[in-house]
Amino acid sequence: MAGFRRYATYRQATVANIVTNTVFGFLRFAIMLAVLDAGGRTVAGYDEPQLATFVWAGQGLIGVVLLWSLPDLAERIRTGDVVIDLLRPIDPVWQQLAADLGRAGYAALTRFVAPIVVGALVFKLYAPRHMLTYALFVCSALLATIVSFGCRFLVNAAAYWLLDARGPNTLWTVAAPILSGLYVPVWFFPDTLAVALVVATPFPSVIQIPLDVLVEHGSATRQLELLGVQAGWVVGILALCRWVQARGERKLVIQGG
Amino acid sequence: MRSQTQYRASFVADVVGSVLFGVLDVVGVVVVFRVTPALGGFAFAEVFLMTALAGCAFAAADLVVGNIERLRHYVRSGLFDVLLVRPLSSLAQLAAMDVATRRVGRVAFSAVVVVVAAANARVPITPGRLGLLVVTPVAGAMIFGAVFVATATVAFWWIESGEIANGLTYGGLNFAQYPITIYGALFRRLFAYVVGFAFVAYYPALVLLDRPDPLGAPALLGYASPAVGVAVVVAAALMWRAGVRHYRSTGS
Repeated sequence: MAGFRRYATYRQATVANIVTNTVFGFLRFAIMLAVLDAGGRTVAGYDEPQLATFVWAGQGLIGVVLLWSLPDLAERIRTGDVVIDLLRPIDPVWQQLAADLGRAGYAALTRFVAPIVVGALVFKLYAPRHMLTYALFVCSALLATIVSFGCRFLVNAAAYWLLDARGPNTLWTVAAPILSGLYVPVWFFPDTLAVALVVATPFPSVIQIPLDVLVEHGSATRQLELLGVQAGWVVGILALCRWVQARGERKLVIQGG
Repeated sequence: MRSQTQYRASFVADVVGSVLFGVLDVVGVVVVFRVTPALGGFAFAEVFLMTALAGCAFAAADLVVGNIERLRHYVRSGLFDVLLVRPLSSLAQLAAMDVATRRVGRVAFSAVVVVVAAANARVPITPGRLGLLVVTPVAGAMIFGAVFVATATVAFWWIESGEIANGLTYGGLNFAQYPITIYGALFRRLFAYVVGFAFVAYYPALVLLDRPDPLGAPALLGYASPAVGVAVVVAAALMWRAGVRHYRSTGS
């Protein structure tokens, strides 16, 4: 598990990240409290403890799914170093997915737990009522990590054609928080738009869906539907990654790499 | 060699990203007010004005000293020494590098949003108010800019500090976009007064909107932003000097 160990050494960066995520937890939850204050005891089907868990577990989840990352792969494409990946027996997409899952595993023990502990100390968090929810959440978080990996991979892969991924990376960095439900739950959006976001875009599969599972938002059927959408996106985005990778490799070869 | 079309495509993506940046900020506030009539005792038009002012200040700061976040990369790689050798002040050099067009685009877009927000909030068109409307993002930019520099300066002592800086820079933006009445007392005191983020948008907005402060502060504070801006800039400059001195003395 080389991925696990490599990321274990990034201890300082992890601590710094946890501090930042905690600060944002307070900022975001302040908005939720203000919304509840003026709007009523529940909003979009969430009550206060559920919103608390949504925000704090969300801040923890960012580190696991790695919503934002440096475009390392794009840089390697730009310099041509990416050719080394092609020499290995395993397909580059699976290679990088495996490494990313290792990273996520370490993050689950550190960056995920810390903000939740802080949140629980200061506020009242919603604890799932059914044991099954915990298991479903773990599954959903795993699926979310894969979808996030896929999106990050695609953003970086733009470098095969654009020579740097700065533009797509900016787009992703800016759009992901709002569209994934990190800023506010997507159910705050108008219904049709929210449903369209969940089904037709990968963003909510990264943040909104695992959190909705965790806070047991909506009926059990609804939760299974959401998991289904997530699974669909895992298949879809990985297929897209493989396709883009194949096209990118061909481009490299043609350029005389 | 980069072809013209590749360059253009990347540029277009950059521009779209910049506009999206400003638009999503606005979308954020709109969405929140879909589910609530007020936030911290303030209506949509009022919060929209605060968000617009904060966003413009941030974009302007990013334009002028945005590159400072690269500091820790330069320190780590030793490139900073190259900057120290040149006659221009090291800070000015870092700031001058790569003034991307998209940052200018962001400032322009956010300025338009400020005008729209002020019109939407029916800010009275008096010389005083207009002056305040222009001065506020400038003072706010000084506050954000000083925070950018100060948090980046920590890299002189602690290389991996970069991530924490985001809590104060982007966190500061987030904080300043909303009325400070929504925050808990401790948090508010730290961000609003110690760092001065309340002067980026909240207090000036109260004056522009002719609203007394629910927290009971005097209306005069709305005009204090430039003074606060100067104070934090001076503090950041001192931190920078101390940082460079420390860097030199530890014999890179």
